[in-house]
Amino acid sequence: MEQLLDTDEMPVTFIKPTRGWVLPQINDVWAYRELLYFLVWRNLKVRYKQTVLGVLWAIIQPFFLMVIFSIFFGKLAKMPSESIPYPIFAYAALLPWSYFAQSLSACSNSIVGNSNLVMKVYFPRLIIPISSVLSGLVDFAISFSILLAMMLYYQIIPTVTALLLPLLILMAMATSLGAGLWLSALNVQYRDIRYATSFLIQFWFFATPVVYPSSLVPGIWRFFYGLNPMVGVVEGFRGALLNKGQIVGPMFMVSIIVIVFLLITGTFYFGRMEKGFADII
Amino acid sequence: MSDIAIRTENLGKVYRIGENRGGYKTLRETIGNTFSAPFRHLSRNSQDSNLNPQSGCIWALKDISLGVKHGEVVGIIGRNGAGKTTLLKILSRITEPTEGWAEIRGRVGSLLEVGTGFHPELTGRENIYLNGTILGMRKAEIHRKFGEIVAFAEIDKFIDTPVKRYSSGMYVRLAFAVAAHLEPEILLVDEVLAVGDVAFQKKCLGKMGDVASEGRTVLFVSHNMGAVNRLCERTFWLDHGQLITNGPTGEVISKYLTSESAIAGQKHWPKGMANPGVEELRIFSVRVLNNQGETTSHLSITQPFRIEIHCRIIKPLPCCRIGFLLSTVEGIPVFEAYDADDERYTMRRESGNYVARCELPPQLLNPGRYVVSVNAGMPHIKNLAFLEGALAFTIEDTGAVGSHMDSKRLGVIRPKLKWECEEV
Repeated sequence: MEQLLDTDEMPVTFIKPTRGWVLPQINDVWAYRELLYFLVWRNLKVRYKQTVLGVLWAIIQPFFLMVIFSIFFGKLAKMPSESIPYPIFAYAALLPWSYFAQSLSACSNSIVGNSNLVMKVYFPRLIIPISSVLSGLVDFAISFSILLAMMLYYQIIPTVTALLLPLLILMAMATSLGAGLWLSALNVQYRDIRYATSFLIQFWFFATPVVYPSSLVPGIWRFFYGLNPMVGVVEGFRGALLNKGQIVGPMFMVSIIVIVFLLITGTFYFGRMEKGFADII
Repeated sequence: MSDIAIRTENLGKVYRIGENRGGYKTLRETIGNTFSAPFRHLSRNSQDSNLNPQSGCIWALKDISLGVKHGEVVGIIGRNGAGKTTLLKILSRITEPTEGWAEIRGRVGSLLEVGTGFHPELTGRENIYLNGTILGMRKAEIHRKFGEIVAFAEIDKFIDTPVKRYSSGMYVRLAFAVAAHLEPEILLVDEVLAVGDVAFQKKCLGKMGDVASEGRTVLFVSHNMGAVNRLCERTFWLDHGQLITNGPTGEVISKYLTSESAIAGQKHWPKGMANPGVEELRIFSVRVLNNQGETTSHLSITQPFRIEIHCRIIKPLPCCRIGFLLSTVEGIPVFEAYDADDERYTMRRESGNYVARCELPPQLLNPGRYVVSVNAGMPHIKNLAFLEGALAFTIEDTGAVGSHMDSKRLGVIRPKLKWECEEV
């Protein structure tokens, strides 16, 4: 990749003020893919440094949540679980949810958390939130192994619908990135976001069918409920693995539209704000 | 194809200062402002100054038009807050200009700080890769230069130790080693040499010199006039965001040192304010003058300079001396000196106005910043005035003896001594 001192081959950078809503330099992100790789790698390397249990934490958290939910919601509250054993009903939903919640919170703090980079070097800023969304995938994969073990235990054999999983994971990524782009850019200017995000995630958790089936939601509210893209993702995830219910219904379509909307507006908002990051962070 | 590497036209940058400076707004403020905005025009007359969009703003950079050719090594000098770093930040695309434009031909590498993105938990090896990519190197490129980087940093034994266990010297060496192996066509360097021990600084300057001689374009911001002088053919001088002049380095530096902050080289006191309550003597002013007799706070190590104290003796004094205490900015006393040290004067003083002048020889003080505290009194009887930190001045390294060998010598003084060295 050596560039010769030949003016004809030199990249020319033109710097001028931009105004209003601009799309961030998407092709620049591709040019800086090695940096993206190293930032993801750094996030992973650093995450469990100097912990005794290390990577086990990726399993411990969703697993114990599942146990607690099974006791309180499954046993005590007798939550309906569509004839699936409650533990696996809850765990299959907890997986995409934990990934989403973790990515969203990492994403919204990502720019502020990397302010030392933002103030001192140039690279497409989009790389930072993208890297925090990608980093969560490894924890997701690790905790997925528990789900496989549970499916074995409950003797649930996945069918072809399981092929939808990559799409569903992609949707969870896009949702956390879309919302995360908004929050990370807002967080640079308003540190209120830091506190609002954890609250938002808690609220979002109850608006998503993790501990209960979405069939509990009364018909008239279903449209609004479907506006939460994680409803489609979580229900889809559960359905695709445990062969339950219709996955690609109208609610699922609404989810996709909302995700695309979030992602596009988030990208534009981020693009509008990123030029000021170094000045106001 | 033109041979211009960097070209800017009317580049300008506004920063907001005042309440929001350096901080961030809370949501409540913005919501509050949004709601009050529609009503603001109602009270326009009373709030005229707030409506001026320029109020609370500062032009960190204004109308900067410059050109740098390929292969040129250019220095940027100026006081703190002159806009040097802002210019580098705009050229390296960290921040956007408010107006004007710039065009850059070639791959840009910027070094606004060394060790950007270093993570304390990661090992030296891991940080080399991480930091290298952050600075814009390719993985393969880092891989190829890895051995060279480790050797330059002199940390081979600790390469697999987390950098949080490094001494600060090792940390800085590793950080600079990575940076020094950056090979873009255009290198933008901020004051990064002000770190590390003297021996390592020397090595870094040497490496910078190599880079410069390899035909790369370098923009070098520094307060170290000696380094600028050595490395750069041409120099830009910025002040208050404006380009004052540009030209051959020697000329620009000497202009900068002489005209720079003429007022800062002196201190005046309104009547009797220097030492209120003292009836015998009144200090008016103190100033520092260079060899040309100009008041300045920036002096060249190779030139003699003077410190002048103006005062009035109100009633005849049987014994009195006027002088100063010189100390470093860190507060380490260097020496005291008094007019009565000179045998030609007795200590008896008639009433009248006096100027006490002290000439300091060249090659005495090491480059750095010094503080003058005026001291006047009747020894063992009465102290008449002690004006601590009356003024400060800087000794600039403009090529003292041996400055091509070291970037900065240890010690407060840097005398030129008589040496004899012969084969015996």
